[in-house]
Amino acid sequence: MEAEAAKFIGAGIACLGMGGAAIGVGQIFANYLAGALRNPSAADGQFARLIFGFAVTEALGIFSLLVALILLFV
Amino acid sequence: MATGAEQSGGFPVDPLHQFVVQPLIPLNIGGLDASFTNASLWMVVTVVAITVFTTLGMRSGAMVPGRMQSVVESFYTFIANMVRDNAGHDAMRFFPFIFSLFAFIFFANMIGMFPYAFTVTSHIVVTFVLAGVVFVGVTLTGFILHGAKFLKVFVPSGVPVALLPLVVAIEIISYFSRPISHSVRLFANMLAGHIMLKVFAGFVLTFMTMGAIGWAGMILPLFMIVCLTALEFLVAALQAYVFTILTCMYLHDALHPGH
Repeated sequence: MEAEAAKFIGAGIACLGMGGAAIGVGQIFANYLAGALRNPSAADGQFARLIFGFAVTEALGIFSLLVALILLFV
Repeated sequence: MATGAEQSGGFPVDPLHQFVVQPLIPLNIGGLDASFTNASLWMVVTVVAITVFTTLGMRSGAMVPGRMQSVVESFYTFIANMVRDNAGHDAMRFFPFIFSLFAFIFFANMIGMFPYAFTVTSHIVVTFVLAGVVFVGVTLTGFILHGAKFLKVFVPSGVPVALLPLVVAIEIISYFSRPISHSVRLFANMLAGHIMLKVFAGFVLTFMTMGAIGWAGMILPLFMIVCLTALEFLVAALQAYVFTILTCMYLHDALHPGH
């Protein structure tokens, strides 16, 4: 197999990592919503932590996208 | 920015061309290439924008703030609250540094959203230096304030003695991986966002070359670009916030080790 073909296949496999990150992000928001529906007055106080948790989880998905982009373009 | 000719894959736009650093004023200091590049230019634009925003906003200095002044004041209070909540009250002496950090990253990300502007933080060298400064600064602060007892940061409280070697090893590895994840998070978010915008722009061009049906289908990637641009504005602000709040947390670890 040529290196170019292997790089394209590797880029495709690297994108599978974003599935895990997507599940993680869904978990965060699902738990926030579940808690917010039980205790709406406390929801706004935790909004900043929600956004922070979302950003660090999404970062891991972006790391896997970065691997794919490096394989494709570098 | 279309390259004019079709690429080898038939894609009309090179997504990586926007990240090329081009020297504008070539300078050579002692054999080192210290030219004033387009990256330097946009960093100067960022700093000028921050200065104009804060000084013009606070020019009136009224007790009851007008519109511009309350924007600047809420910017200040937002970061002051972030530092106080996450790093403790005695971390306020680091506030100028953290304010500069947040303002630089926020304005650099936002200015990079302008068409034809250069996103400074989309280069790993820029974000790595920012994260490296934070890492070195925080570690030095910890050692200066606490001496050798700063090493307690690797020993979280309430760990059974049997697990201690394993936990300490894991803590040391994760401490040294901090500057890497800190910098790569900002870099990868900016890079991926701008590459995606360019790729969809290429799709719009590809549709346009396909004749009558192409002009109708062109709406889809164009709509996607609009949505992605909105998302990119959100991500730009969010990544600045996350970088700063992580800095505050690392500072908290340095000021109060062992928590």
